[in-house]
Amino acid sequence: MVPEFGQMALIVALVLAGLQTVIPLVGVQARREWLMAYARPLATGQAVFLMASLLALTYAFVVDDFSVAYVAANSNSQLPTPYKVSAVWGAHEGSLLLWVTMLGWWGLAVAWFSRSLPLDMVARVLSIMGMVSVGFILFTVQTSNPFERHLPTAPMDGADLNPLLQDFGLIVHPPTLYMGYVGLSVVFAFALAALMGGRLDAAWARWSRPWTTAAWIFLTMGIALGSWWAYYELGWGGWWFWDPVENASLMPWLVATALMHSLAVTEKRGLFKSWTVLLAIFAFSLSLLGTFLVRSGVLTSVHAFASDPERGVFILALLGICVCGSLLLYAIKAPTVASVGRYEWVSRESFLLMNNLVLLVSAFAILLGTLYPLVIDFMGLGKLSVGAAWFNTMFVPLSVLLALIIGMGSMSRWKSDGLSRLGNELRWAFLAALVLAVAAPFIANGEWNWQVVMGLGVAFWLVAATLVDLWKKSRGRLKRIPTLGMSYMGMIIAHLGVAVSIIGVTMVSNYSLETSVKIAPGESAVLGNYRFEFAEFGHIEGPNFTSDATRFNVWRDEKLMEVLTAEKRRYNVSGQVMTEAAIDVSLLRDVYISMGEPLADGAWGMRLQVKPYMRWVWLGAIFMCIGGGLAVMDKRYRARQTRKVALSNEAVA
Amino acid sequence: MHPQRKKRLTLILFLLVGVSTGVGLMAYSLTQNINLFQTPTQIAAGEVPVGRTIRAGGLVVDGSVVRDTEGLGVTFKVTDGAASVPIYYDGILPDLFREGQGIVALGQLNEKGVLQASEVLAKHDENYMPPEVQEALEKAHQDGKGNLKAAGNDYEY
Repeated sequence: MVPEFGQMALIVALVLAGLQTVIPLVGVQARREWLMAYARPLATGQAVFLMASLLALTYAFVVDDFSVAYVAANSNSQLPTPYKVSAVWGAHEGSLLLWVTMLGWWGLAVAWFSRSLPLDMVARVLSIMGMVSVGFILFTVQTSNPFERHLPTAPMDGADLNPLLQDFGLIVHPPTLYMGYVGLSVVFAFALAALMGGRLDAAWARWSRPWTTAAWIFLTMGIALGSWWAYYELGWGGWWFWDPVENASLMPWLVATALMHSLAVTEKRGLFKSWTVLLAIFAFSLSLLGTFLVRSGVLTSVHAFASDPERGVFILALLGICVCGSLLLYAIKAPTVASVGRYEWVSRESFLLMNNLVLLVSAFAILLGTLYPLVIDFMGLGKLSVGAAWFNTMFVPLSVLLALIIGMGSMSRWKSDGLSRLGNELRWAFLAALVLAVAAPFIANGEWNWQVVMGLGVAFWLVAATLVDLWKKSRGRLKRIPTLGMSYMGMIIAHLGVAVSIIGVTMVSNYSLETSVKIAPGESAVLGNYRFEFAEFGHIEGPNFTSDATRFNVWRDEKLMEVLTAEKRRYNVSGQVMTEAAIDVSLLRDVYISMGEPLADGAWGMRLQVKPYMRWVWLGAIFMCIGGGLAVMDKRYRARQTRKVALSNEAVA
Repeated sequence: MHPQRKKRLTLILFLLVGVSTGVGLMAYSLTQNINLFQTPTQIAAGEVPVGRTIRAGGLVVDGSVVRDTEGLGVTFKVTDGAASVPIYYDGILPDLFREGQGIVALGQLNEKGVLQASEVLAKHDENYMPPEVQEALEKAHQDGKGNLKAAGNDYEY
């Protein structure tokens, strides 16, 4: 009964979404306020019914209702309850239900936190979000219904959740990433609503900024969680593979980052308006493209869990409608919202424009590398893949360039600035960064390494320039720092986060130690300062798996540092084998042990790794999220002040 | 020309030159960094030159996995049902590597016709068949050369 209820709730939500698309828009056209006012309750209703639908599916998982085909395919009575819950989004149908439910939540949030917006704007925004909802709920109901029954021959027990997904990382990673993906629909709706209404002003930018930043925070966190999960769960110790599925999430992130920065210019200076709108369209289109790539089965990927070409066609159609429709609207309306205002070659506007270009070129490079194999395959020219080497060649120099720009950009003044002034302010920062970076590889292992110098150089430069800026703005008084505003502090912390991540990436890619050995109990393997002693071999019984386990004593400079137990699990139901790496985590390095296969005479193939500064890669992402959070909380986004400042801003423009 | 327009024009020209250079470089660099997928049949027919990095894949032939007595080296054969190619790999194989499973290897052919793999990939899902492998199997099957049972596989399509 409950699954049927879930299905009905989903259909009710679809109907509400349809009404939400039509009624407010009719209200805007006919200038009827009471029709526009339907937007908020309809959005609320849609969110409630979607939530009910998701809960119904979750319930079916928790009570092991294997008459539901999706539950039978992705759960098992032996599965621990937390994983039963996360199995809800363990495969395509359920993850799509989660996707639309989150879309409902974002709509709900817009409905609730839009008191300061004019009603016609709210009506348009929610109507566009309704359209997106209609598309995706229809997609769910039509091609991917999670509530379909297996009757009358329901299986006694389920096929189990892919063991790879039976993990904390996979409980939190997909919802976070989806929140980010779906959150981009809000700013997309804002952009289209502004285009329709012909009012792309500073007030519009001010409304859009916290929403963009919020979506970006989720996206950042989702990508970082995904990378962290891949690192500890896949057993090879890598954290970024340039896999198409990973790329699919990185592209909208890059464009959303560009969008955040271009929105700053639009808000503060009334410039880059049509560019900002275009970025908002791109960002959301790329998150749809990501969904398409991951779900359609057109990609060969190690992460593509569920795929089906027919669904691909549906999403492709949605993507087509969305991109073509919004670009058409853009083509018609954009010329009417041309920017006013001037800026010089050297100014904050210019630096932000450069930042936008670099981010967009990076996103384009990734798009090219991801789609190239598809195009070649489609044209029948063969199957090929673009290696990680190519992405690194493209991405590394662009990141270096970006870091250089950030350093100068955040220091520069609006409208007009002088290179000589910037030079005066920043030359010590530059010199200090250079000296430290050149010294770094010699301190690390006594050998020159230009990649380390370059990577650490830009990171140190970023830190130094940021601190110089903080020093100047606070005039050297710590007490003044809190008065600089939450947005400013957010920016400082996020930029420092970029530096932290760059340091992590540089160190771990240049100074990681790795070896694969054949090793028997009692034997040792040496890696750098570390000696890995195979102490014991045994078995562990888990709730739904049994595992072979190897215990290692890890010695550093002949002092016992840690005892680590790596496992090789065999899941009872599917018989699938999974590597559980043993990782000793610390701020300065990770020690990583994972099991390969059993070899002759009780020996095992083992992969041993020491990865310096691994944590910094994700620590930087945490910084960025905190920075974003501070920026969202800035009090000038709060309702009452918005209106006043918006007015004065319009007066300036 | 109006100074504002002139500036805009300079900017646009600058962008155009920059973007086209960028795209050109990317495209050039792309042609240097792609790895073509070759089926065992193609490799057996001598279509793949020695020393070029390729991706090859198929089903791991039953009973073909032979381990070195020392170290982690392993030799095995993959087949598309019509032909098979020997692969040598020194390292940890993925969890889902086993006989009868579809895998993809990245590496170079040596003079003896053995693919020296630097990477062996199997999918995270045991029911998964890499699309390249599936296509290779289907192609060999259609050509009337393939015999999937001989490949030791119960995969159906």
